[in-house]
Amino acid sequence: MRSITVLTPTGTLGYGFDFLAFKRGMDFSPDVIAVDAGSTDPGPYYLGSGKPLVSRFSTKHELEIILTAARFAQIPVIIGSAGGAGTKYHVDWTAEIVREIAMEKKLKFRLATISADIPVERVKEAIQRNEIRQFEASFNLNVEILEKTTSLVAQMGYEPIVKALEDGAEVIIAGRSADDCVIASYPIWCGINVAQSIHMGKILECGAFSAEPFAMDVMLGFVSDDHFVLEPGSKNRYATRESVAAHSLYERENPYIQKGPGHQIDLHKCQYEQIDKRRVRVTGASYERDNEYWIKLEGAAIIGFRTIAIAGVRCPTMIEKIDFLLEKARKKTYEYFSSKILNIEYHVYGRNGVMRDREPQKTISSHELGLIIEVVADDQETANSVCHHLSGTLLHDHWTGQVNTSGNIAFPYSPSEIDSGPVYNFSAYHLMKTPDPLELFPITFEDI
Amino acid sequence: MTNTFIPLHELAKIIRSKNAGPFRLTFDVIFDNDDAYNLVRDCSALNYPTIAALFKISEKQICSLYTVDAARAIKITIYRPVDQGALGETDSYGCQQHVPLMTFKVPSS
Repeated sequence: MRSITVLTPTGTLGYGFDFLAFKRGMDFSPDVIAVDAGSTDPGPYYLGSGKPLVSRFSTKHELEIILTAARFAQIPVIIGSAGGAGTKYHVDWTAEIVREIAMEKKLKFRLATISADIPVERVKEAIQRNEIRQFEASFNLNVEILEKTTSLVAQMGYEPIVKALEDGAEVIIAGRSADDCVIASYPIWCGINVAQSIHMGKILECGAFSAEPFAMDVMLGFVSDDHFVLEPGSKNRYATRESVAAHSLYERENPYIQKGPGHQIDLHKCQYEQIDKRRVRVTGASYERDNEYWIKLEGAAIIGFRTIAIAGVRCPTMIEKIDFLLEKARKKTYEYFSSKILNIEYHVYGRNGVMRDREPQKTISSHELGLIIEVVADDQETANSVCHHLSGTLLHDHWTGQVNTSGNIAFPYSPSEIDSGPVYNFSAYHLMKTPDPLELFPITFEDI
Repeated sequence: MTNTFIPLHELAKIIRSKNAGPFRLTFDVIFDNDDAYNLVRDCSALNYPTIAALFKISEKQICSLYTVDAARAIKITIYRPVDQGALGETDSYGCQQHVPLMTFKVPSS
């Protein structure tokens, strides 16, 4: 039976992989190298700002290894959700690194870039036509929210990537993409069963996260029409029935239905079978094409600018009064700056910094507390002023029973206030109907 | 008759939490043997009311509860108490919210 071998070097391009594992993976003569480079997991900042998730150094270092090996083997390279959020900035940034590597290593190939940016006007029209659907967001998408949205992309399916392969692309840098489709597109283009390809894509896109011990590392998938086989690149890792089945639950809600643009994959009948110590065979996925093609929009809007101050609290006389003192300082600061402040947050580590109201442990058992004072305001200067005022208020506050009168909180840094720049939230996470899977994902070719 | 309980972390191999998109939080409890998995699955102690109490949320804030035999797993998904990236959020990847499940008391008799 015909089989396609996909090598995925890592779970996120730029997060690293073992070079020997990659080399060993290349010994299997893969038909394609496919890797995911982003997600919404790191939050809305990367989408909103267009800044890359991973450093240029890491991205270039890993792409150099991948591109050199792929050109030597004469196989295509597919990168999905380029740069972290897959906006035009991220695609351009990645393409520029790829051109630089090509020049330095004297590599020749046909490059395709696929944009996933969605014009706001296109979505406004869709709202009027009733072609926007609620997905998981806690709010409705409307024109007012769209006006505030600074970045808007949609997840492409496998179709635009297949089209680029059809037109001779050897290196593909795709904007925001459904992660499973990035891995599945090459086998699908070769005519392999879509359900097997996409189910394998979902497991392979995380690299060796589905292996034991798990890591950002090389994973290989061998897919044919009725099953696929998984094997880690590194000989020190094992794909086990347990590790692969467990991974099919990872960071998703429904373990039985895997939805994607224009389709869903039904996993109810899946079986995981151990072939030998390091390999697992998976069967049973089935594909259902949706009657209409809906894509998932992801938008980000700027909500303010943040300044933080980090401080330690060691004195037991302050720790026992911590809530009272923090609220007093917050109230005084609100009064001082009146309406200028957007938001003041305290993160009190050693008490409930991680779980807030859901923290089951009610008493403080630590001898010291870590405090992050966070201010978000309409502009950076205001955020900084408010944060400094607040940390100063806490530093010099006075209470009955205080034994140390020279200062209440320990700042590790000068300046004590750190400006962290613009703050974004997710302003769109909705579905939009499109008549054509290729409509919103234009492809540009370039011979390098 | 005396009731005895076993904390969930003594029965499960993995107890984890993770963001599932920016608006949901998902919990996986994975077992490495059928006896432990069957005990927890069949006693139904992990249900909407107990999960709500565990995370101090209302039952309406629970999206779904699945048992997955092929993975010997129980999967719980809730709406995120604070949307990812929204003001007041404390755990972007949602990966440190699992602790109440560790001490969840599973009736063993």
